[in-house]
Amino acid sequence: MAVVFDKPHALIDVPLHYCPGCTHGIIHRLVAEVIDELGIEGRTIGVAPVGCSVMAYNYFNCDMIEAAHGRAPAVATGVKRADPENNVVFTYQGDGDLASIGMAETVHAAARNENITVIFINNAIYGMTGGQMAPTSLPGQVTQTSPYGRDPKHCGYPIKVCEMLSELEGPEYLERVTVNSVKNIRTAKKAIKKAFQNQLDGKGFSLIEVISSCPTNWGMTPQAALKWIDEKMIPYYPLGVYKDRSAEKEAE
Amino acid sequence: MADKVLMKGNEAIAEAAIIAGCRHYFGYPITPQTEVAAYMAKKMPKIGGCFLQAESEIAAINMVYGVSSTGKRVMTSSSSPGISLKGEGLSYLAGSDLPALVVNVQRGGPGLGGIQPSQSDYFQATRGGGHGDYHMIVLAPASVQEMAELTVKGFDLADKYRMTSMILADGTMGQMMEPVSLDFDINPQPEKPWATTGTKMEREHNIVNSLSLVPEELEMLNMKRYERYKVIEENEAMYEEYMVDDADIVIAAFGIAARVSKNAVNEARKQGIKVGLIRPITLWPFPKAPFEKAAETAKAFISVELSMGQMIEDVKLATNCKRPVTLCNRVGGMIPSPEQVLKAIIDVNNGGVK
Repeated sequence: MAVVFDKPHALIDVPLHYCPGCTHGIIHRLVAEVIDELGIEGRTIGVAPVGCSVMAYNYFNCDMIEAAHGRAPAVATGVKRADPENNVVFTYQGDGDLASIGMAETVHAAARNENITVIFINNAIYGMTGGQMAPTSLPGQVTQTSPYGRDPKHCGYPIKVCEMLSELEGPEYLERVTVNSVKNIRTAKKAIKKAFQNQLDGKGFSLIEVISSCPTNWGMTPQAALKWIDEKMIPYYPLGVYKDRSAEKEAE
Repeated sequence: MADKVLMKGNEAIAEAAIIAGCRHYFGYPITPQTEVAAYMAKKMPKIGGCFLQAESEIAAINMVYGVSSTGKRVMTSSSSPGISLKGEGLSYLAGSDLPALVVNVQRGGPGLGGIQPSQSDYFQATRGGGHGDYHMIVLAPASVQEMAELTVKGFDLADKYRMTSMILADGTMGQMMEPVSLDFDINPQPEKPWATTGTKMEREHNIVNSLSLVPEELEMLNMKRYERYKVIEENEAMYEEYMVDDADIVIAAFGIAARVSKNAVNEARKQGIKVGLIRPITLWPFPKAPFEKAAETAKAFISVELSMGQMIEDVKLATNCKRPVTLCNRVGGMIPSPEQVLKAIIDVNNGGVK
């Protein structure tokens, strides 16, 4: 009988620790499928963040490194520079890790057009520590540390990472996707695949921002959380390609 | 005898690192060690190596973490304020049992402090430097020749014990020029089966990690690490003794303070005072044995330091507080003169122990 749906080899067959309804599982699977399809598992090294996906090293079958909070792009830079011809390097980071404590590492890796792939999970909250305000929490969003709703006059505005990085000369590819519907998941996979292919082609820094849900800390059912992505997150964080240098060059 | 070349201490470190097989350097400019980065920037591209100026000390130490994870020799260098920033990375390197060479060409502190020589990061270096229970191997050169030799040794020890070796120098050592022989015996690098080099689909995946959420397991990891530290304490302590055998007074000093003290010892001997010098070359592990032995016969110890008195605590511990230990120091970028040390010797000799 023909197998039409199977576990990707690059994903280890263990129970994930993520909450029910969390979209990390979908994104893990997409990354693993891409690694399988490109046939790069044996030379891929992943860098896990601090946050909900801290234990990603237990889920991916390739070699894995656990980095300090926010430092994954610097660690990935070291890994890539250690063997640029062989090593395929990706980081998997949340919004607190990438856009708050690790912002300098993110911006400078992008500015250097470091030849790595960054998977950026934006769910507008700190999940691991129990739902605090993130650099990407929306204005008015209630969290444990913004109990009256995020007040931009008091603590500023959310950071739009793709828009901000697109102003830099450095990065090769920036795209924002989401995984709240089958259609969006298919688009997300295409983006992730391109981000890895760019690295194989030596094109440089690719970052895919995946708008993700956190039913537990948003205080919603999984279904309501996926709807909240459409209603609240995407109007603030529009989906799409923010930079594609190779395509821009071809168009010229 | 191999030819000697005239080099700055900082340059000697850089060249020795290259000779030791280091092909990756990451750093951020800070006085008084920037010559290490400048040397690497010039040399690395010509020998297929990688010099990269990081956006911060924090990024630099994490780039070191990345290269080290793949099993290759790698280093960074900085000076005191920059080493504080690297503290997080030093702790992670220890927690993940990764080898690395880190150079601290110390300047006066705290805070931004000054840019002149200091030894006031002794506590920070010998007690680990970051959070958690751990140690680094701390090497204290007292000449440009030793800056080079201890760099090579530092890489060997780091690989052997899977931990960070720190060269704890000071602005004087970094900036002064002396003739150096770079004719080293280079040992083969050990196999690193734990490294994340890609599975090549031939083995289980390797994980470089310092997270361990089960307390029993984390306790065991700490215990095992300290068993390794015990082996290091037993086997790797290094020191130089100078006229200690018949000494009534023994000076403890490392780095530039030891060179100044040696002059004072010679002068005091001329005046008939029986004084000697123990110069720790490894600050961790601290060479306890020569101090224990000296405490049996010597009457007093003097710790000569460019700090408010940090190594003096280890001298007291090593001598079990059997004899009085006094401090002779300058701080803030100042260096004790041989006359100041001689006066301290004479005061102690006259029974002026406070």
